[in-house]
Amino acid sequence: MNDATNTTPEQAEVVPVLEARNISKRFGNVTALEHVDFELYPDEILALVGDNGAGKSTLIKILSGAIQPDEGEILMGGERVNIRNPQDARRLGIETVYQDLALAPALDIASNLFLGREEREPGILGGIFRRLDKSRMRKEAAENMASLKIGLRSMRQPVENLSGGQRQGVAVARAVSWGKRVVIMDEPTAALGVKESGMVLELIRNVKARGVPVILISHNLPHVFEVADRIQVMRLGRRAGIARPGQQTMDTVVAMMTGATQAQLAATGTDSP
Amino acid sequence: MTTSQTTQAKERPGLRQALTPVLDVLARNPILGPLFGLALLIIFFSVKSPVFFSVDNFKQILLQSMEVGTLAVGQTLIIITAGIDLSNGAIMVFGSVVMAKLAVTGTPVLVAIGAGLGLTMALGLVNGLIVARIRLPPFIVTLGMLNVVYASTLLYTQGAAVDNLPSNLLALGANIKIGGASVPVGPLVMIAVVLVAWYALTQTPWGKHVYATGNNLEAARLTGIDTSRVLLSVYVLAGLIYGIAALLILGRTTVGDPNGGQTDNLDSITAVVIGGTSLFGGRGSVVGTFIGALIVGVIRNGLTLIGVDALWQTFATGVLVVVAVALDQATRRRRR
Repeated sequence: MNDATNTTPEQAEVVPVLEARNISKRFGNVTALEHVDFELYPDEILALVGDNGAGKSTLIKILSGAIQPDEGEILMGGERVNIRNPQDARRLGIETVYQDLALAPALDIASNLFLGREEREPGILGGIFRRLDKSRMRKEAAENMASLKIGLRSMRQPVENLSGGQRQGVAVARAVSWGKRVVIMDEPTAALGVKESGMVLELIRNVKARGVPVILISHNLPHVFEVADRIQVMRLGRRAGIARPGQQTMDTVVAMMTGATQAQLAATGTDSP
Repeated sequence: MTTSQTTQAKERPGLRQALTPVLDVLARNPILGPLFGLALLIIFFSVKSPVFFSVDNFKQILLQSMEVGTLAVGQTLIIITAGIDLSNGAIMVFGSVVMAKLAVTGTPVLVAIGAGLGLTMALGLVNGLIVARIRLPPFIVTLGMLNVVYASTLLYTQGAAVDNLPSNLLALGANIKIGGASVPVGPLVMIAVVLVAWYALTQTPWGKHVYATGNNLEAARLTGIDTSRVLLSVYVLAGLIYGIAALLILGRTTVGDPNGGQTDNLDSITAVVIGGTSLFGGRGSVVGTFIGALIVGVIRNGLTLIGVDALWQTFATGVLVVVAVALDQATRRRRR
């Protein structure tokens, strides 16, 4: 894995975990995506960037099953898959952490982590009234949070008592323990302060360290450059290119996003942020 | 958050500062407030009235609170899903007159009871279907249901009470001997309903889904919970509980009275709110509701014993509801 910086995944002919080929999507006479390709390789953090309307949200919605493409195909581990709705995506192991986090604030951390797939033990009436296995869920929740290095002591705290970054942690821990193959994070640092953002970026690295590749959608280029291994730049419904933080600068990425050349950027005085 | 509040409290010493530790404890244990209130009321009335503190009077309070207490359990389930049920008292009364009329016209008592329970569950199901599938606000749906059911009850009975009921139908009004003491069955049934609902809400996945649905519907749906089915199950279960309340009112009054229980819907909401369940959904407990029902019962009984007019009792419960919600808001605000 150490030579990953020298050899790109494409050159190494690694099979992408998740791949989209030739995706097109039109809404009425607006073309949101036009023949877009997309690859997510194992053990990487792939950032998806682009101006508003560049098509990144549409692409993510297609990958997470919220909308269907008009054209193109999606592959997982090299095999064609059908993603007709969010449940399909989830079943395939694609988990999306939504911007509004989709947590139940009054419920505690463990309950939120296991919401919809609670662990049970036999109850007083057998099948119907099976008890929640609370101690096991708390224990597993604590292990889960610990493996992502999210420092929360009690799994009994209601989520509403947590900070924004900690909530993000709970949402991500849920996605990781649930999704297992791909985690999509939509603007995870958008509403957070500097310290909390740092925490979330660390969290994204920890998800990768657990062997789960991450798709990161973000407007914040410094954050993207801090964590991403590769950056897919979208522009006007097409893939404008792939950048790598070690090899391209933010200016180059901005240029790819806007379609401007480096010279034009320099002329208008746009400098690196 | 904590620091800013501490400094705020320092700038304005007095009541708020004095209350801070109390509010902290209350925020962590929402049942303590109602329990403390209940204890205060019992002490107050015990001092004020020589007959208040007695086994017979407590039995009386339980008997007077059992229908509203039982209805309030169903109401709690619905309010936790961020709903409200204005039709529960009317559904209970309709169920009771149907059971009564069927039983006096020769239907076997068990069949009559089955038909009554089936009816109350079906009415709950209709409420649930309209709330979950057509997505109308529960307030409107159950307000409509209240009127439909009230009119149906009067049409069905032609306004006349049904009496001379077979004793089997009045079974929940009987007393049983436990260790030499005569214990009324009704309050035991209410307590059983509370315990079953407590178990279902706190110890089963279904319960978690009910809280999650009321707390954040969209989040619950995104985690794969079938929120529509959760809502339906809650309204049907509430309907079953209203049917049990119908049996309780038959047992206590021995008649099927089409004009009974007209304020029970609001009384049940009062019990739920005093018990600490949030009207915004997602938080609350049936144990709190049970205590809330007892508080309402103790106030009515105690004020009667010390000779206060019935209207002042209603006045007092009204004030209590507002105080309970205000206290609830105060403890919640501290959490954020």
